[in-house]
Amino acid sequence: MAGLTLELFALQLMTGIALGAVYALLAIGLSLIFGMLTVVNFAHGAFFMVGAFFGVYTMGLTGSFWFSLVLVPIATGLLGLVCERFLVRSLYGRGIDYPLLLTFGLSYVLIEAMRIIFGIEGLPSSTPAELKGSVNLGFRHFPLYRLFLIAATAVIVLGLWLFIEKTRYGLIIRAGSRDPEIVKVLGIDIAKVWLLVFGIGTAIAGLSGLLAAPTRAVNPEMGIPILAESFVVTVVGGMGSLPGAVVAGLLVGIVFAMTSLFAPEYAEMSIFVLMAVVLLIRPQGFFGKAGLMS
Amino acid sequence: MTLSTPSFNVNRRAIIVGGAAVAVAPALLNVARAQSSTIKIGFPVPLTGAFSAEAQDQVRAAEIAIREFNESGGFNGQKAELLVRDDKLNPGEAATRTLELIEKDKVNFVVGSLSAATQLSINAVCRDRKIIFNSISQSDAINEAKDWSLYTFHEALNPHLTAGAVARYAFPKFGKKIVYLTADYAYGHEMVRGFQRAGQAFGAQTLADIRHPLGAADYSAFLPRIQSLKPDVLVLCNFGRDLVNSAKQVTDFGLKTNTKVIAPVLLYTSRLAGGAEAFEGILGGTSYYWGMEDKIPAAKAFNDKFRKAHGGAVPSDYGALGYAGVRSVLQAVRDAKSTDSMKVSIALRQLRYNFYKGEQFYRKCDHQSIQSVVIVESKSKNMKDKYDVFNVLSIEAPDEKNLRTCEEMGHKIST
Amino acid sequence: MTSFINNTIERIRAHRMAASLLFLLIFPFLMPYETLAINILIFGLYAVGFNLLFGYTGMLSFGHAAFLGVGSYLAGIAVVHAGWPWWAAIGVGVAASCFAGLVIGFLAIRTRGIYFSMVTLALAQIVYYGFYKAERWTGGENGLRGVRVEAITVPGLPGVSIDFLNPLNKYYVILVFVALALWFVSRLLDSPFGAVIEAIRENEKRAAACGYDVARSKLLVFVLSAGICGLAGALRALHLSIVPIDSLHYLQSGQAVMMCLLGGMGTFLGPFIGAAVFLYLEDVVTNVTRYWMGVVGIVFMVFVLFFPKGVWGTTLDWVARWQRKANVNNAAKDQS
Repeated sequence: MAGLTLELFALQLMTGIALGAVYALLAIGLSLIFGMLTVVNFAHGAFFMVGAFFGVYTMGLTGSFWFSLVLVPIATGLLGLVCERFLVRSLYGRGIDYPLLLTFGLSYVLIEAMRIIFGIEGLPSSTPAELKGSVNLGFRHFPLYRLFLIAATAVIVLGLWLFIEKTRYGLIIRAGSRDPEIVKVLGIDIAKVWLLVFGIGTAIAGLSGLLAAPTRAVNPEMGIPILAESFVVTVVGGMGSLPGAVVAGLLVGIVFAMTSLFAPEYAEMSIFVLMAVVLLIRPQGFFGKAGLMS
Repeated sequence: MTLSTPSFNVNRRAIIVGGAAVAVAPALLNVARAQSSTIKIGFPVPLTGAFSAEAQDQVRAAEIAIREFNESGGFNGQKAELLVRDDKLNPGEAATRTLELIEKDKVNFVVGSLSAATQLSINAVCRDRKIIFNSISQSDAINEAKDWSLYTFHEALNPHLTAGAVARYAFPKFGKKIVYLTADYAYGHEMVRGFQRAGQAFGAQTLADIRHPLGAADYSAFLPRIQSLKPDVLVLCNFGRDLVNSAKQVTDFGLKTNTKVIAPVLLYTSRLAGGAEAFEGILGGTSYYWGMEDKIPAAKAFNDKFRKAHGGAVPSDYGALGYAGVRSVLQAVRDAKSTDSMKVSIALRQLRYNFYKGEQFYRKCDHQSIQSVVIVESKSKNMKDKYDVFNVLSIEAPDEKNLRTCEEMGHKIST
Repeated sequence: MTSFINNTIERIRAHRMAASLLFLLIFPFLMPYETLAINILIFGLYAVGFNLLFGYTGMLSFGHAAFLGVGSYLAGIAVVHAGWPWWAAIGVGVAASCFAGLVIGFLAIRTRGIYFSMVTLALAQIVYYGFYKAERWTGGENGLRGVRVEAITVPGLPGVSIDFLNPLNKYYVILVFVALALWFVSRLLDSPFGAVIEAIRENEKRAAACGYDVARSKLLVFVLSAGICGLAGALRALHLSIVPIDSLHYLQSGQAVMMCLLGGMGTFLGPFIGAAVFLYLEDVVTNVTRYWMGVVGIVFMVFVLFFPKGVWGTTLDWVARWQRKANVNNAAKDQS
């Protein structure tokens, strides 16, 4: 390919990592919810979209991006709590299909709700003033906001890891995913744990929507294609595995970016090919547990 | 930040929700339609989905055409009626809706569509049943011999003409080294072809034609390569939301500093959705912009009608097509003194009209409406009001030579 | 009065096939327009074919649109590019989708559970992109147009020519195929093979222990399911005279799941009824409000939460319960 230089390659790699950061965040939420609740959350893309809308709206109201960063995950997390408590909870124990179908219907409702509240055209979103411009990376200029995205994702992943590995609540969550019966026997209300996990999952989805909002158009349909891509990442990394979600997110982002460089029309297909290949060779993904949900 | 409030001001027949509805006794379709009390025009457009804002504007403008017709006496004592249906931007659904309009509602004519795929599917259904279809969205394919029929008319611009007009304006001004960022579907390819053909006259050189998946949300993966190619002109060969996304990200990546960004079709609604900053400095083509009213009296007349009916709002580009598409068909009914499809088709072929943007007529071999193309540039300063978003740079006069030839379109004889 | 109703129910139950056929014969007159009735026939068949795998064998596939789409496209290509007659086109469509079922099934049944669902999703998306890119054959994003069948002629029966553009004629021609396919599926489920696949759904290991070749049975039912969906696709191509690209998209696969759930996956006719309810509801709602997506979503959630057996499953339950009560009352009356 004419003009392929190391610089271009490196820049494309950086772009892929920035893309992958959003994928990783979404996949973490999906994996968390699946690992703990064995619920495939088909509404995850819708929560992403809701987070983007809330984010742009609060940025417009308050003028502060940082304020929105705090507010949005709380809002979408609360929404997730409500959905879990009143909708998803009644379907536990009925097999994997029902919560999946319910969240599918839920996604339709959320999309329509956003259309009614914010209009069919969506909201114009732009990069917050503090993060505009580009940074000289030595080999090229790269948008500052995308570097921020990568950094923010790293911070969130780190925070989540600390939460799960080092705190008492995290311990309960880990135990609950390993063996919910024993956790119940030990006197812990497993229902509250599931509620919390669903809320955390949707909070992260909303947050990733807010982070992605300045880079793309914010409209009610924005969550639909990203859901399929998130499934690819979750499956490749291993459903229920958080390190898997991060690694796979970055991998998928880089695969997409690299394919875009050499054969752009096949970029979208390439990630599904990756998904098929991984599933056929190692169905549980990179870090998933074998025999899960057979 | 703009919050757009939906105002759904549509006059249409609502189907009664009830239990089982008794079906209409099926009549033989190829018999001439019985004289009914109204002239029914089916209007399948995507009221929901990515282009719902444009579609709703089309409905608003089409209703003005219907009202005008009825208030000026209709035809032969008959009034016109618009039957609006939602095709959800889905070709399968569009075919079903068109079948419903023809079989159940017994429409006389069909006008509508807002995507290449849906208009082709509506056309396929209409031509088999000998119903006139006047398409109001862009496509190169609908005029080609394979899809075309004597009942197929195309009021809207086509990619070849639009791209060519923008190329003829921009390439001599901004440079010869061109990079295309193209949506990977027929429409995108048609745009590129139009640019390249017109560009030959100016020695334009295609550095790269980068195809992106239709509906891509994130274009960052394509931008580093574009940056490294250092083009004079970057052509965003995509449409609607794709254009909004790519314009935004091109701005973020700082590509505008050394490159002129142009787009074949610059939609009014896209510009509103994307905002001034994303579209700053971008120029493109369009079939209509309300700001033309200073130069074109017909535009002023149309704008005033629209303003009066809709509280000061101005019609968008696609909205205006809704008006023209319906009005031409109704005018042809009057000219033909009949609602028979063949007679109206003959009348449309002979029609010369100036409804809102200047002189227009349908080319005989492929029923493409030959019309002007407006070149506009997005503005972010000195905006008189929220509607004032473009500067009109030039209006390319209608010229049959700017279209592909009849032979190229597969038509054997220039009828 | 109750005994009259009870007897009618029993008679319908005894002659299920005849009763369904009779209903389907008058169906187009119950719907607001024939095209909706035809769509219901086609998607009803699609859902029944899908349910062969989902409800009866317990395998949830997210990629069944691939078979609907392959059936549509190959039938369409046979008409448009090869000029073949309508019956050959249907044959090609079914054969092609069976083949696609063989390939995808062979790859997919190596996995289980949610991974099976994901593999079928991924493979179906690859088929989608393949057909999208093959623009010369498929029309790409514009879809395949020109699948024109104006008259139905039967080879070997000269002089028989049915005007296919007439919607009522079109309905009855398509009904012939749909009825035959439904009959085929019902015989399949009543056969020993039907018992085997239900055994696999209940407990795969036990079925294997009983000596059944589980992998081969799964593959066979996968291919059959693909063939039925392919037939639905081929009929759709002839019906609409176009093949839209999103016939192959995963949202179309999702629709099959929705229809089965709405109607009830545990019964034979459930998916068909689910398709009818879904399409009718969508049609009516779309004409009343532009927020049809929200309404559909709410209805869907209500069914998942409160009527997991679906419309048909719940109806059958109620009827059975009513009958039991009626019989108990009769018995009590006899005794007193």
